[in-house]
Amino acid sequence: MGNIIKENLNPDGIDRRGFLKCMAWAGTGTLCVMQGGVLKSFAFGPGSKIDQAAMKGDFAFAQISDSHIGFNKAANPDVTATLREAISKLNALPQSPEFVLHTGDLTQLSKAEEFDTLDQSLKSVRTDRVYYVPGEHDVLNDNGVQYRERYGKDTKGDGWYSFDHKGVHFVGLVNVLNLKAGGLGSLGNDQLEWLEDDVRHLKSSTPIVVFAHIPLWTIYPEWGWGTDDSQQALSYLKKFGSVSVLNGHIHQVMQKVEGNVTFHTAMSTAFPQPAPGQAASPGPMKVPDDKLRSVLGITDINFIRGKHTLAVVDSPLAGG
Amino acid sequence: MKSYIGTAVFCVGLFGAVASAIIHGGPIARAAEQKSAAQSVSIDNFSFTPKEITVAAGTTITWVNRDDVPHTVVSPDKKFRSKALDTDDQFSFTFTDAGTYSYFCSVHPTMTGKIIVK
Repeated sequence: MGNIIKENLNPDGIDRRGFLKCMAWAGTGTLCVMQGGVLKSFAFGPGSKIDQAAMKGDFAFAQISDSHIGFNKAANPDVTATLREAISKLNALPQSPEFVLHTGDLTQLSKAEEFDTLDQSLKSVRTDRVYYVPGEHDVLNDNGVQYRERYGKDTKGDGWYSFDHKGVHFVGLVNVLNLKAGGLGSLGNDQLEWLEDDVRHLKSSTPIVVFAHIPLWTIYPEWGWGTDDSQQALSYLKKFGSVSVLNGHIHQVMQKVEGNVTFHTAMSTAFPQPAPGQAASPGPMKVPDDKLRSVLGITDINFIRGKHTLAVVDSPLAGG
Repeated sequence: MKSYIGTAVFCVGLFGAVASAIIHGGPIARAAEQKSAAQSVSIDNFSFTPKEITVAAGTTITWVNRDDVPHTVVSPDKKFRSKALDTDDQFSFTFTDAGTYSYFCSVHPTMTGKIIVK
């Protein structure tokens, strides 16, 4: 069960128009998979079955974000419960994630007991490892000392690092420290220098996945949804044929394709936030109780060797 | 006729003196000075309200966070810095020296404000 998109106008094998069309359908419950140069889309939800053999990738990993452990206001009085539901969803994925990326705002107030509760909850994820990058809520009062004590082993500077998995190069960046008045997220010169050096010797055919908390493209500067110096970071990745950027922070799914770079933000497991400009501020948004789980969720990502883009599927906790 | 003019001048002079005492030194004037010694700024919807405020030297400003998320009050010139303020938490600072003090929220840096101290 799949719709084949027939337009393949580019000699580099990336069916951009088809991909963009597919992206428009994507959001909750749509899988876009590149197979043999042809883009296929699969919808899945309660009424449809997904052909797992047809969409199998080389490996799968998952992204969760913005768990905000410690938050307890009207938008969601029990964020630990919804995190546990997200974990159940991770454990029920058709292809088990080989690792999980948490793209930040683990906690609400950087408190020790909040980090503890998060760690306790994530123990039940069926995966080999969880990788983290901090959100601005994780570095309050101490510039990230506590965060790095817990999650910063083998990281550099404020907590950035890279690792390789089955030929894919993953880079975790920190853009929530040393923020300037009136500014957006910030990577800083030390991190940029490290990044340039980190990818310098990689072959251009190496697929790259960058993950950071605040979006690395400018979505809505009035609400701080962007990173001041992300363009410089992306300039170091120009030579690569496939770059995927995974972010959190905005508590909703947004996607953009720009040349060889695909940007994607994830839902929160704690509470939704309004679409840009749709409210007075980007704070926690209260939705009717029976709708909450349809706007929280996880992201399942399949890497298919030889293809330019990752297959990314966002699944809400309910109704997807 | 001379005596009338003299009396009129004396009366005007006396009135002037009494009026001056009321404006500069009476109980009403003292109450007004005490009222301006403390001011508050509300943190609401990711904004400082009022965004800009002018106060007399010696005034204590108290920021109160009314949002569901934590905010901070930070002077980039290192004059003052609050801890992370959760909902209903407060931070106070007394501005003893005249000057212009810009500040921002270090968690959400697009939030900025200004205190002008005269």
